[in-house]
Amino acid sequence: MKRETSVDLLALAAGALFAAGLALSGMTNPSKVLGFLDLGGSWDPSLGCVMGGALAVHSLAVRWQRRQARPIFADRFSLPEQRDIDRRLVGGAALFGVGWGIAGYCPGPALVSLVSGNLGCIVFVLSMLLGMGLVSRRGRSSGAAASFQA
Amino acid sequence: MQDFTPWHSTLGGMLIGLAASILLLGAGRVAGISGIFGQLFLSPDRSDRRWRLSFLIGLLASALLCAKLLPGSISPSPRSLPWLAGAGLLVGMGTRLGDGCTSGHGVCGLSRWSRRSLVATLSFMATGVLTATLLHFAAPVLSSGTP
Repeated sequence: MKRETSVDLLALAAGALFAAGLALSGMTNPSKVLGFLDLGGSWDPSLGCVMGGALAVHSLAVRWQRRQARPIFADRFSLPEQRDIDRRLVGGAALFGVGWGIAGYCPGPALVSLVSGNLGCIVFVLSMLLGMGLVSRRGRSSGAAASFQA
Repeated sequence: MQDFTPWHSTLGGMLIGLAASILLLGAGRVAGISGIFGQLFLSPDRSDRRWRLSFLIGLLASALLCAKLLPGSISPSPRSLPWLAGAGLLVGMGTRLGDGCTSGHGVCGLSRWSRRSLVATLSFMATGVLTATLLHFAAPVLSSGTP
């Protein structure tokens, strides 16, 4: 099998597992996400468990990855190389948090929830794409670094 | 509010971590959903489109299966359409400016002990908590009903 095909199949499996993880963990229920972010009601710590479970598994993979010269089916690891902590990073993340705190959707759960056909979810995803597009256009025209990987 | 689901949420989180690990060790890629989705549509670089598209197809196919096997797991947001439109715009712009979201920074970045991802995660967690909590108290006051 060609290596490119292997990467595609791997990505397919990873996407499938990712969606299953989100659905099982309750993160495709925006009210549950808001139950974590909203400190004013009865607090639901579930989102903390999701982060804990994901970090526990992926940290081990990262430790293993650091001893490897290259990935199994690719020539090199394509990891973010930026180091600078600036206003763009902090401000951008802050904006994202505001949107997340309003809707209870971050990008992964929103995309998974599209299959429900819910109008609110579709509107959210289309607006999200528009927002991404607005920033890319501005980024390109002003010559700012448009490379983002995370 | 919702019930605390420690076991389902931890197991679900581990599946997410496993998915990110497969992508990292097999393809050398970061499982950041905002990046995978955004770059697929907006990046001029066509060489990386295939794996991104494959990932999203896998994600959506599995989502269809989950909707069948785990009834009730996919629920609508409690917010009204105008609020969802505004929130989507903020999430799109914010993840693009801040180079990532909950998966790219929160899971992959923190696992790599990236200082950028730690700062970004603290930032979006802080404003997320602030926004949701403020809306909790503001909702009864807002004339148009629930936000």
